[in-house]
Amino acid sequence: MNPQLVEIVHGRSNPMIDPTLHVWGWEVPVYLFLGGLVAGLMVLIPLLEMRTGRTSRSAVMRLMPMAAIALISLGMGALFLDLEYKLHVFRFYLTFEPTSPMSWGSWILMGVYPTLGLLALGSLHKEDRARFGFGDSASGLMGWVARIADWCQDNRRTVLWASIGFGVALGTYTGLLLGTLSARLLWSSALMGPLFMVSGISTGAALLLLARPDEEEQHLVTRWDAAAIVVELALLTVMLLSFASGGTAQRAAAEPLLGGAYTPQFWALVVCAGLIAPLILELVEMRRHARPTFAAPALVLVGGFALRAILVAAGQVTSFSMLS
Amino acid sequence: MSARPIRYAMAVDTKQCVACKACVLACQAENNVPEGFCRDWIVEEVRGEFPNLSAENRSERCNHCTNAPCVTSCPTGASWIIEGGIVLVTKDKCTGCKACVASCPYDARYVHPEGYVDKCTFCVHRVQEGKQPACVEICPTETLHFGDRNDPESLVARLLSKREHHVLHPEAGTEPNVFFLK
Amino acid sequence: MTVTRRTFIKVSSALAGGATLGSGLLSNMWGMTPDAYGQPMTDGDTVVPSFCEICFWKCGILAHVKDGRVTKIVGNPDHPLSNGKLCPRGTGGTGLLYDPDRLRQPMLRRSKRGEDVFEAVSWDAALDHTAEKLLKIKERYGPEALALFSHGYGGSWFKTLMKAYGTANVTAPSYAQCRGSREVGFELTYGSPVGSPEILDLANSRVITLIGSHLGENMHNTQVQDFAKAIERGAELIVVDPRFSTAAGKAKYWLPIKPGTDIALLLAWIHVILDEKLYDADYLAKYALGLDELKAHVAAKTPEWAFVHTGIEPERIRETARFIAGARPASLVHPGRRASWYGDDTQRARAIAILNALLGNWGRKGGFYLPTAMPLAKHPSKKAEHHPKPPADMPKGTVFPFANKTLAHGLRDASIPGHADYDIKGWFVYGTNLLQSLPHPEKTKEALSKLDFVVSVDVLPAEIVGWSDVVLPETTYLERHDDLHAPPFREGFVALRQPVVPPMFQSKPGWWIAKQLGERMGYGDYFPFEDIESYIAKRVADSGQSLVQLQTRGVIKKARDPIYIEEGVQPTFPTPSGKIELHSQQMLDAGLSALPEFTPPEEPAAGQFRLLVGRAPVHTFGRTTNNRVLGQICSDNELWINAKAALEGGFEAGASVVMVNQDGVRSDPIRLKVTQRIRGDCVYMVHGFGHTSKGLKFARGKGADDSVLTTKVAVDPVMGGTGFSVNFVRIERA
Repeated sequence: MNPQLVEIVHGRSNPMIDPTLHVWGWEVPVYLFLGGLVAGLMVLIPLLEMRTGRTSRSAVMRLMPMAAIALISLGMGALFLDLEYKLHVFRFYLTFEPTSPMSWGSWILMGVYPTLGLLALGSLHKEDRARFGFGDSASGLMGWVARIADWCQDNRRTVLWASIGFGVALGTYTGLLLGTLSARLLWSSALMGPLFMVSGISTGAALLLLARPDEEEQHLVTRWDAAAIVVELALLTVMLLSFASGGTAQRAAAEPLLGGAYTPQFWALVVCAGLIAPLILELVEMRRHARPTFAAPALVLVGGFALRAILVAAGQVTSFSMLS
Repeated sequence: MSARPIRYAMAVDTKQCVACKACVLACQAENNVPEGFCRDWIVEEVRGEFPNLSAENRSERCNHCTNAPCVTSCPTGASWIIEGGIVLVTKDKCTGCKACVASCPYDARYVHPEGYVDKCTFCVHRVQEGKQPACVEICPTETLHFGDRNDPESLVARLLSKREHHVLHPEAGTEPNVFFLK
Repeated sequence: MTVTRRTFIKVSSALAGGATLGSGLLSNMWGMTPDAYGQPMTDGDTVVPSFCEICFWKCGILAHVKDGRVTKIVGNPDHPLSNGKLCPRGTGGTGLLYDPDRLRQPMLRRSKRGEDVFEAVSWDAALDHTAEKLLKIKERYGPEALALFSHGYGGSWFKTLMKAYGTANVTAPSYAQCRGSREVGFELTYGSPVGSPEILDLANSRVITLIGSHLGENMHNTQVQDFAKAIERGAELIVVDPRFSTAAGKAKYWLPIKPGTDIALLLAWIHVILDEKLYDADYLAKYALGLDELKAHVAAKTPEWAFVHTGIEPERIRETARFIAGARPASLVHPGRRASWYGDDTQRARAIAILNALLGNWGRKGGFYLPTAMPLAKHPSKKAEHHPKPPADMPKGTVFPFANKTLAHGLRDASIPGHADYDIKGWFVYGTNLLQSLPHPEKTKEALSKLDFVVSVDVLPAEIVGWSDVVLPETTYLERHDDLHAPPFREGFVALRQPVVPPMFQSKPGWWIAKQLGERMGYGDYFPFEDIESYIAKRVADSGQSLVQLQTRGVIKKARDPIYIEEGVQPTFPTPSGKIELHSQQMLDAGLSALPEFTPPEEPAAGQFRLLVGRAPVHTFGRTTNNRVLGQICSDNELWINAKAALEGGFEAGASVVMVNQDGVRSDPIRLKVTQRIRGDCVYMVHGFGHTSKGLKFARGKGADDSVLTTKVAVDPVMGGTGFSVNFVRIERA
């Protein structure tokens, strides 16, 4: 008797569930990408300021916290679109469920917005403030904004550390969101949290590199991005190796990326284009003091989105039921 | 000795089951499950090579796990557990985020066309009135048994103590409460 | 440190906020909505008992009605056929009641037969036209020129109409195309048929042998309940089937027999049981005749001989024979139901009947019980004025000596001029889709084109409806009364069918249609009741039963009668000798073999597979394939093929293929199920799909129709049945 031969007639065919799960489409990867990126910004912008001892000389760089607000709002918009019962969105904010990473995330985002706001206000120079209408002579509502901006500058270190804290929380929880869903075998790894954090740092750095930083910032951010990519590669290697050398469930989990349906896209877009190529470009830049192009950051951003899109899609296919 | 709390469970006698799917349709009619969706389903498994074959028929549904990941992953408290261990969804609290759907190792949940997430409720509305779940009642081969596994006198408890049984994917660690008798 | 008011407010509000945040446990309170679960509210405001008609078993149901709509149908716990449980088909009865494709109003054909072009007319117009046409046939050709094809409980009224009209050409496909051979085989042996519901005491059997029965996939409610009870009580199964059926999955022995060789196995089993003296000698001495002839007949039918034909190893045959006999008398060899396979089907039924006799189980617990019934007064009726001419169901010059019911395909053939002793000129069709239920559908179409008049009474626009001149829409079983049901069974009962909801659209119940036609043709006094309510009330009153109880509970049961020899009942055998006839002298006298002979089946040519068909538990062949509720579970059929055979043919799982039979007829495309569960020399599909009727909008074009491939039949010389399993198919890519 050949016990390996199994015929299963599975009687369930619920929409979105069968034949394989597909409850999360493009919306969740978009949110995870933007969330990770903003988390990276929330960590790197303070670190940069602490390292250089000043806010940026580049106006675009100084406006990055505002851009982060826009980006995270886009992400939350995507998340809203994913909800099947959109009218109930307020339900996230009538409770806190400590066992649910999504509940943590809802409240972390409540902290992210004001922190980004304070970070943004405190990053502005006198000419920025004047341009936006809350310069020295502001009154009324703008006067209040000016007072808050003043407070931000006075308490700059507090705001920077708050930003780092919320940034780490935001970046890590997006990975935990997937990592705690152990029913989806590909996501079931303790390394998902750190992986998404580091990827967030890398994509945040990439966006900063596109934001016309000055030379000192350019060098620092490039170095930090390269380091983040190295760590990201290390984490991915450890994660895939531990799946590949694990039991039936673990090997089945990684199959979509190691020979299965998503293998070409994963290695081409995420690993080669999204990690190795930009790393090489950045190392060359750093060694040869070459003129920086937008190539490396663009590749990092593409790779960062691809990583999340592929993981979300592939993970839904890897379930316990695919093991007989 | 203190009385143990009620722990509802189902025992599915795979030897009896002829995979007729009456349970699927009875559940659908009883619970207004929308057309094209099902809360329970039949899995027919045949193993081996001709002519040495063996078969198992299973009527599956939500396992109302003691350690339910759908409840822990729910961000709004919509997924909850009633006394007796039945896992339920308060549809007014559900946002349709589908974290619970992704968290279930058995893919037992589905998204109702109205937007909330739905699944088998062990016919809690019938159980509260002392009736059996609709699937248990309709089954012509008396395959399905429902009751309190913590009550040693209950049929479910007696079956579990007498008959060899297995659960689905114990490695998922959710402690399911639907048992398949061999 | 001084605590200012500002600090106090700051700190305490932070604490309160944090506490509330952290109290996930109290999220209910500030979640502002209590935990709740849905109340589906499907329990009816009224619950009406009746009995089902999705198949022909007639299980008692309780229909829940809420706001005029049937919300759900469940089993009636009081009814002995359902015991409160239903099969999936009865559960899905709302799919028939609310089928959007239902026939809604009477129609008259407006173009050529088969083109399906109709005009809606009033009932008066349709009934007048029908009465006129029917009387014209009687005038021109005689009443025997009209044939009634009727399948379903509501057909009883039309049978009365035919009695009044004066024709004996009344038939149903359930005889020659289904279980007729089984009934005749048992009648020749025991003097009584197996019946429907079959008189099988399965629940008390210790060993059940299924030979060509796929009980479980054939989902006759009560019988499956009994089957399950037996298994629960530890009964063992022997399943003889070329396919690993659901029942085979529970069997101690699965014998994947070569199709067409069942008689060889049965004879070998009989040989072993006789040879090793495992039979019930006392029982046979008391009740049976012909043991010596039987012994002589099977002397050479050894397991080694059977192995050559069946492919089942001799030791296995011996082992299973001993196993079967070891549990006697509570050992039952199931006689199957649809037995129309190879043309020697009556002889196969005889072999099964003989084997059961050796086990001494007729009349005993675990075998065949001796049925009882609730006595019911007949309603006064008029006797027919003249004896009708004998039916025209046999081809000119042919006689099937033991056919005791009319052959449906024979009446179809008689509708082709010159085929039978006289020609059939008109068809009255009630609830049977002759284009799928009879073999040789091309002959059915030819017959239809030659008839003077065709009238259909049906619920859905099945293919036969499209070929009719008049279409009369009947209500479903949920919207009408029918006659009282008090069948022979293990306990006597009478059940009521009554409307659960009022008739939808312009549909009318069968009794009304028959009575209306009767009155228009001058046969009104054959329907001596004003309406069905008074008919039923009179019968119930004359039987001394309570109408109110019947209406509220749906069923009245008789106190239990004894049904076993163990309980003191003496079995009687209405055979010529008054005993069980192992050797059948009357068959010998009619020129047939007195004991079953084995004829090796035809071999398929290279690349051909024998086509076998069966049932799915979710469907009643073609009747339910338009039911959208049932269609959620199964909306088409697939072709089972052995994995090795598929590999050799170059076919992969799920491939879309076409079958081509030995006469070159091509089937619709069908999906392949590549499986280990079937022998390599045959293929299997569920019957009833591949509808072509434009009116069946859900079923149309789904799956493949096997009846078009049934261009060859093997005719049973004993009773005229048509064996279908003699068609071979080649498989091609679609």
